[in-house]
Amino acid sequence: MIRFAWMQSRTQALVAFGGLVVVAVVVAVTGPHLVHLYDTSVATCQARGDCQTATTAFLNEDHTLGVWLGVLVVAVPGILGVFWGAPLVARELETGSFRLAWTQSVSRKRWLAVKLGVVGLAALAVAGLLSLMATWWSSPIDRVNLNLFGVFDQRDIVPVGYAAFAFVLGVAAGVVIRRTLPAMATTLAAFVACRLAFNHWIRPHLIAPVVRNFALSIGGFGSTNGGPFTLIPNPPGIPNAWIISVQIRDRAGGGLANQYLQKVCPNLGQPPAPGTGGIPGGGVGARVAPGGANGLQECGVKLSAMFHEVVTYQPANRYWTFQWYELAIYLVASLILAGVCIWWVRRRLS
Amino acid sequence: MTTVLEAAGLGKQYGRRWALQDCSFKVPEGKVVGLVGPNGAGKTTLLHLAVGLLAPTAGTISVLGERAGDDPTQLGRVGFVAQDTPLYGGLSVAKHLRMGAFLNPSWDDELAQSRIEQLGLDPRQRAGSLSGGQRAQLALTLATAKRPELLLLDEPVASLDPLARREFLQGLMEVVAKHEVSVVLSSHLVADLERVCDYLVVLVASHVELSGDVSELLASHRRLSGPRRDPDSLPESQEVIEESHTDRQSTLLVRTDDPILDPAWTVQPVTMEDLVLAYMSRARDAVPRRRPKLGVLR
Repeated sequence: MIRFAWMQSRTQALVAFGGLVVVAVVVAVTGPHLVHLYDTSVATCQARGDCQTATTAFLNEDHTLGVWLGVLVVAVPGILGVFWGAPLVARELETGSFRLAWTQSVSRKRWLAVKLGVVGLAALAVAGLLSLMATWWSSPIDRVNLNLFGVFDQRDIVPVGYAAFAFVLGVAAGVVIRRTLPAMATTLAAFVACRLAFNHWIRPHLIAPVVRNFALSIGGFGSTNGGPFTLIPNPPGIPNAWIISVQIRDRAGGGLANQYLQKVCPNLGQPPAPGTGGIPGGGVGARVAPGGANGLQECGVKLSAMFHEVVTYQPANRYWTFQWYELAIYLVASLILAGVCIWWVRRRLS
Repeated sequence: MTTVLEAAGLGKQYGRRWALQDCSFKVPEGKVVGLVGPNGAGKTTLLHLAVGLLAPTAGTISVLGERAGDDPTQLGRVGFVAQDTPLYGGLSVAKHLRMGAFLNPSWDDELAQSRIEQLGLDPRQRAGSLSGGQRAQLALTLATAKRPELLLLDEPVASLDPLARREFLQGLMEVVAKHEVSVVLSSHLVADLERVCDYLVVLVASHVELSGDVSELLASHRRLSGPRRDPDSLPESQEVIEESHTDRQSTLLVRTDDPILDPAWTVQPVTMEDLVLAYMSRARDAVPRRRPKLGVLR
């Protein structure tokens, strides 16, 4: 059965392998250059004292390629689910060839288990190799950006979990819907929905975040998402940490009331003058108030005597814990879904 | 007598519709069985139940003495050619044979290769580009080379032209002669069955209307024609299956084991087609005929 499963999926395996080779060539050609650039510019910038220019120049190098590589790593699990998973059983049901396959001397359970295993492992290998290449290629960039959690789902081992889940989700959609095209569409929609739901509702709760006080640093004055105008704190520079929230608090734990803010910094809070730009790090829609950056700085100095920042975050050393947790959850979900597929094919399709 | 196929109270329900209901019959070993019935009688459902593609909703079906099901040993004992002979369109003929070898421990590769050669099929040709007759022959090869004890074929010739049909049935007869395999062949083309079958099962609306050895069935049925006569006046031993009357003449198809003695009848033998049609129309008309409740007295 393994040999037959391989025979049936050889073409698609070769296509995927060809794609990997193309990516490998691109990565092998551009990667060493990136490492060399890092070693000669960023790594030695402190001695020359031009770190700002050096990092900016470095990050601009191959920026587009880096973005596309990231997009590829995020997209490939979904593509595998749609083009490998969904048709796996649905096409057999659609063309009627299941009546040939299920009447050979192999039970349906074994037939599906082996197909899931062979094609599924190939999908894992494709996603894993791709992620490995992307992670290696981007490692100098990640060392400069210091934002590992920002590229969490494009690096290391989690793409393998996504690929497993997307693939089995596709198979399940095909088994239940029994038609290839609708199953492919459903797979894509369901996979995107699952990923988004996981990112928003599950990943932040996997480990209780660290809550720590930092000295106040004002990033800007403005409103976030159309809310009332207030001071926007600057997140502290914790390398590679996942900052979940930054709040301004006094020693007793109370917030910064607007009336108090008006009293301490009277030249803040007027309606923003036209033509003033946004402040970096100030959040969406943040605007500089009259008085400009100097006014803000003064205000920050006055406030920092009484107020500090309470930062909720996941420190960098939890990066791998999060990777393993997420991989494990996606793999377990895939196994459960695979069991459902086998049950469905044995019971519901007879 | 061992049975290759035995159904008892067999039923299969799809949603609220019964595709097959309360079906019971036995098929003895070593026969080429024709399973005949109108479209929608439940032939395909019955064969799918026999090969484990479907599980019965009610009753049981056993194949070669074992309960039919999705079990590798049992699957290995039964060869199945499904309706429209599904194959993998993208795989070549040779790859289909390799599939058979991979998936069946009892695979007879010599048989498969020699049949492909005999049929003149190009092993490198994709199954998707084969003609209907070639597809059917390849499907039969796959089903035969796993060396089953029972071959089940679901309307294998329905979509073939007459020449391909004849060649297919010839191939089937060669297989039967060489490998002593029992065959159940479903069809609504009685003329084709007449050539190959020695046992007949007529299935109408999931009920078995008739089953038995073809020669016995032909011997025990007669077509009688003579002056018009009420069928109820016939001797008890003569069961009327079909009757038609003109003003002056009656034609009856009767079942009887005794000789016809009444000299008024012209006695003719029946063909398999006569038999099948007679039993099928009897089943269709089994609903009690309406008669006027009040007769007019003259």
